[in-house]
Amino acid sequence: MLKLLGQRLALGFLTLIVVSVLIFAVTEWLPGDIATNILGQQATPENVAAIRAELGLDRPPQERYVEWLLGAVQGDFGQSLANKRPVGDVIGPRLWNTLFLAVYAAVVAVPLSVLLGVLAAIYRNSVYDRAVNIGTLAAISMPEFFIGYILILFLAVQFRWFPAIATFKPEQSFGQHLYSTFLPMLTLVLVVIAHMMRMTRTSVLAVMSSPYIEMALLKGLSKSRIVVRHALPNALAPIINVIALNLAYLIVGVVVVEAVFTYNGLGRLMVDAVSKRDVPVVQACGLIFAVVFIGLNLIADVLSILSNPRLRHPR
Amino acid sequence: MKLFGLRLTSTALVGIFIILACVGGAVFAPWIAPHDPNLPLGGRWGPPSAEHWLGLDQIGRDMLSRILYGGRISIGLALLATVLAFVVGIVTGFAAAVFGGWVDIAFSRIADVVLSIPILMSALIIISGFGTTTTVLVLTIGFLYSVLVFRVARAVAMNIAVLDYVEVARLRGEGLMWVILREILPNALPPLAAEFGLRFCFAFLFIAALSFLGLGVQPPDADWGSMVKESALAIPAGIAAPLYPAAAIALLTIGVNLVVDWLLSIYSRPQGENA
Repeated sequence: MLKLLGQRLALGFLTLIVVSVLIFAVTEWLPGDIATNILGQQATPENVAAIRAELGLDRPPQERYVEWLLGAVQGDFGQSLANKRPVGDVIGPRLWNTLFLAVYAAVVAVPLSVLLGVLAAIYRNSVYDRAVNIGTLAAISMPEFFIGYILILFLAVQFRWFPAIATFKPEQSFGQHLYSTFLPMLTLVLVVIAHMMRMTRTSVLAVMSSPYIEMALLKGLSKSRIVVRHALPNALAPIINVIALNLAYLIVGVVVVEAVFTYNGLGRLMVDAVSKRDVPVVQACGLIFAVVFIGLNLIADVLSILSNPRLRHPR
Repeated sequence: MKLFGLRLTSTALVGIFIILACVGGAVFAPWIAPHDPNLPLGGRWGPPSAEHWLGLDQIGRDMLSRILYGGRISIGLALLATVLAFVVGIVTGFAAAVFGGWVDIAFSRIADVVLSIPILMSALIIISGFGTTTTVLVLTIGFLYSVLVFRVARAVAMNIAVLDYVEVARLRGEGLMWVILREILPNALPPLAAEFGLRFCFAFLFIAALSFLGLGVQPPDADWGSMVKESALAIPAGIAAPLYPAAAIALLTIGVNLVVDWLLSIYSRPQGENA
């Protein structure tokens, strides 16, 4: 098992290195003369020379890449082109905000979707199951901003139950944090829950058709006991996988949701940086998102190995 | 009711109707749009009326006309990106399945790396490097989705390439192109058709999201996503203006999804059952 885990870790690490090369190449090397690109209309010779000096563009790309990566590992991502502040200082609080929102949404979405998915599997083909089916299809089809704006229009503007703009001040208490980020959390939950629920239902149903379930049924066990005690543990590996994928999705889905609620997270920072062509900030955000995403996939792999005895003791 | 000899379910019929309505509205926009989409006709965010069914936008342009014209850009770009993704994905996927060996390994590793980070992140990084033009947008999405299509096309072709009739064609001495075009492609079409619908949905939602973030279609052009962004300030005032283009996006996606579900349910059933 250790060998298997070691292989996964090494593969994840290697992927991360390749991705970091790609991020660097696409932002700084492939587009050609990026100093002129960044400045656009204001590309006077002096300005171009200033940007070149700042990014160190006179040196060969491989040298700059190694320096960038070594800096990034130590938390030094260089200086933002837009406001000259160290990128690490700009990103720190933003990353915290995004993680807060994603974890908040996950804590609500994961138990809820597993519960609803298992219920849909127990009451298969019932009215509840059909309603869930139609509801999840509709939720998958709606863009995040549609759900977000509907929630704002009704829950924030019409009824004034929740704030429309998710402000985040350090002096707020934890409860106030939860309250002010309730609508973006709810939007994210509605987006991910459909997929997680469908997968839970499908994997429980797949296990339900196996012989030992029929055996349990013939023994006279109740349906809910069969699902909870016999089917669910065996359906756990695919469910864990889907949950990890959706958590990874949460980290990305926040980009649009943060824009809807003007929430100061990492996603909005990255979008701003992309439209301003603030290369160091884009690189840092891209790298952090890549680390989180690859890390979550790795955790999913490890957990599904651990939850499956056949993989735990390979012959 | 039947279509090409296949029984239509009521949900599939609804889906087809939605798709026809959306595509028809976009194609015939110049003839059916009640007003000029770029001409301010009244005050900011005028309410829906008999003259302006969906009201006016942030500078007083007719919302319905703008949605009809915006559909041309939204649907057109998504279709272009999906077709590009399928041409590249199918060629590389079939090549990987038929040649095997290092061709397969090389393409598969590239796919693994590209898919190791979220597609939205890759798109943001590429756009930051190459700028926000429509050409970059379509090429970026076409390339990123071609990787997903590659995986499906490779898997489908792998399954077909080992079947007896392909073996027979090879032994008969047919060339590689014959095997790919005449033996594998026709049998890979049904699953790939469902995949096309699904990919179109994602590409369509993806372009809308990028436009909404201000990184997709740029003014003066407007697709549904950028219309939502431009009129977003109406929401705190309690005006539903941005919900109309957003609803158009949701509607078309639901329509395509219904048809895709129907296609999948047909091809996953044994032959003869759908008569």
